[in-house]
Amino acid sequence: MREQNTEHLKRFVIKALKNTSTPLLAIFFALLVGAIIIYFMGISPFDAYRSLLRGSLGSKSAVAETFIKATPLILTGLAFGFAYRCGLFNIGAEGQLFMGAFCAAAVGIYVKGLPIIFHLPLAVFAGFIGGGLWGLLAGWLKVRYGANEIITTVMFNYVAIHWVSYLVTGPLKAPPGSMPHSSPVEITAQLTRILPGTRLHLGIIIALLALIFFYIFLWYTKKGYEIRMVGLNPNAARYAGMNPARNIILAMFLAGGMGGLAGASELLGVQHRLMQGLSPGYGFDGIAVALLGKNSPLGILFAAILFGILRSGGNLMQMLNGVPVAIIYVIQALVIIFVVSEHILKSENRKVWLNKISNKIKLSKGGSSN
Amino acid sequence: MDSNIVDIVANFLRADIRSATPILLAAIGLVFMERSGVINIGVEGMMLIGTLSAVIGSLYLGSAWMGVLVAMLSTGLIGLLFAFLVVTIRANQVVVGMAINILGIGLTTSLARIIFGLNMAPPKIDTFKAYTIPVLSKIPVLGPALFNQMAIVYLALLLVPITHYLLFKTTIGLKVRAVGEHPKAADTVGINVFKVRYASIVGGAMLSGVAGAYLSLGLLSFFSEGMVAGRGFIALAAVIFGKWSPIGALGAALLFGAGDALQIRMQAMGSSIPYQFLLMLPYILTVVALAGFVGKSTPPAASGIPYTKE
Repeated sequence: MREQNTEHLKRFVIKALKNTSTPLLAIFFALLVGAIIIYFMGISPFDAYRSLLRGSLGSKSAVAETFIKATPLILTGLAFGFAYRCGLFNIGAEGQLFMGAFCAAAVGIYVKGLPIIFHLPLAVFAGFIGGGLWGLLAGWLKVRYGANEIITTVMFNYVAIHWVSYLVTGPLKAPPGSMPHSSPVEITAQLTRILPGTRLHLGIIIALLALIFFYIFLWYTKKGYEIRMVGLNPNAARYAGMNPARNIILAMFLAGGMGGLAGASELLGVQHRLMQGLSPGYGFDGIAVALLGKNSPLGILFAAILFGILRSGGNLMQMLNGVPVAIIYVIQALVIIFVVSEHILKSENRKVWLNKISNKIKLSKGGSSN
Repeated sequence: MDSNIVDIVANFLRADIRSATPILLAAIGLVFMERSGVINIGVEGMMLIGTLSAVIGSLYLGSAWMGVLVAMLSTGLIGLLFAFLVVTIRANQVVVGMAINILGIGLTTSLARIIFGLNMAPPKIDTFKAYTIPVLSKIPVLGPALFNQMAIVYLALLLVPITHYLLFKTTIGLKVRAVGEHPKAADTVGINVFKVRYASIVGGAMLSGVAGAYLSLGLLSFFSEGMVAGRGFIALAAVIFGKWSPIGALGAALLFGAGDALQIRMQAMGSSIPYQFLLMLPYILTVVALAGFVGKSTPPAASGIPYTKE
């Protein structure tokens, strides 16, 4: 009995190590290259990274800022992950975020007189639906007209961004002043602050609930099982009596809904007004988050926190050490590149590469001995 | 009165071509990549790297053309990285493309801060000037619109027939298209799929560098953060809307450029029609074309699929 337990534990540890080795290596290499670049700027990488950590984890409010940044990243990571599990590429989380924010803002501004326990959930739900429909449109165009979802979601990003830009310079523009933003949402539609003395708001709870939903839905419900089967092999799924088209549409709706929640959370929790610069590219970062987290719930959580750390700590690094904050984009890009290069790191491929190299060495040695 | 309208039309056409040029240059590069079976979402990032490299080249080497050369070299290197990742390692093209976009923002913003400092008064650099072609520019309407442009604009327009010929009338073009439609068949008849894709990617990336150089040395005369402002994605749209051909890309670029030129005029005149709808137009038209509502555009068959030699 005890032996069996230790055997289980062993297997679990090995599995955990296998699953996390690539992401951890990717982060390590990306930070290493980042350090080299910082070194060549004539700045000590140790000092810079120390500021990065201090700015993101060094105090209560720093940690809160990290989680504020991680909140939309978790949700946009899920927006990519939901579609990916169905074999789709959702590059449109940015647009879904903007559409979600727009719908949440509409409910938050124009519905008046409701108590917070109704108004807030209604506004959040509106965000989910807004993003969800925007995702569903891409899914429908794919199954009905065969339009590649990669391209349509990319295109829909800019349609949504220009749509919000139109709203805040036109019909939704707050009356006084020339600032292109809407009026603030009603106080009853704002996500409540949950940590005194910081800006941390209920959005993080929404994001965590969404993570749990992602896990339970995909791994413990029939619909979720179907979506994953369609993602693994659409033909096999069709033979098993599943309807890939319907699952694609559902997956894109849920994926879009996650992006919409990201927008609702940013709008109702941080900005409170609809504006053009609502998102500094959270939708695109979500792709990196999902990839680094291998589209698993825990992975997405940790990857979002890591990217939250980079975003919230980067500012202090710029202020104290003079390292341009944009360096965190370089680190993020390198993380993605190293993750997708995992192919060479996989053991069977490593053997092939090692064989190739050793063959070459053998050949050259054989040549020199003659 | 009449001459007034002629002037307005000529001016508008001139602005249209100016707006269309960067889209056209990047789109022609993309046509090559996509025809060889590679989707490049990262063209926005590549153009951005082109804009900064061109400014650096022009600043330190003293001529706009050297700027273009430096832009081509640096985007060529990025193209090589892209090719290594998607062709050799067979990493997912969409994901690598996104990474290149993020890398482009990060590298250019960081480097610009380091080289030019924060509160920069832009140093004087050599930029492109309009060059009036003697006799031709006297043609009414078309003359001032078409023959009073920067040299790089003429170059972009000339590239259209050249790439059309290259793609559809030569063996090189046949190879590129074969690799994009059916790589295995191409391989069987002795075409090196990897080489063709490497060449298409690096060549296409270099053209996106030229597009970037035109932005920072032609349309504007310095680098500013994120100055590509979605033009890479519009180029991507132009390729699809133009059905993966250089002539189609020219048409799409001119159409999208006209929307852009109109939008700028509407904003300047304080028109009550919201300009944002014109900005949306390229993206909506592309989705419509992709869905096949008006003349279905179908991508090359092997688009986005890495090739494994057996």
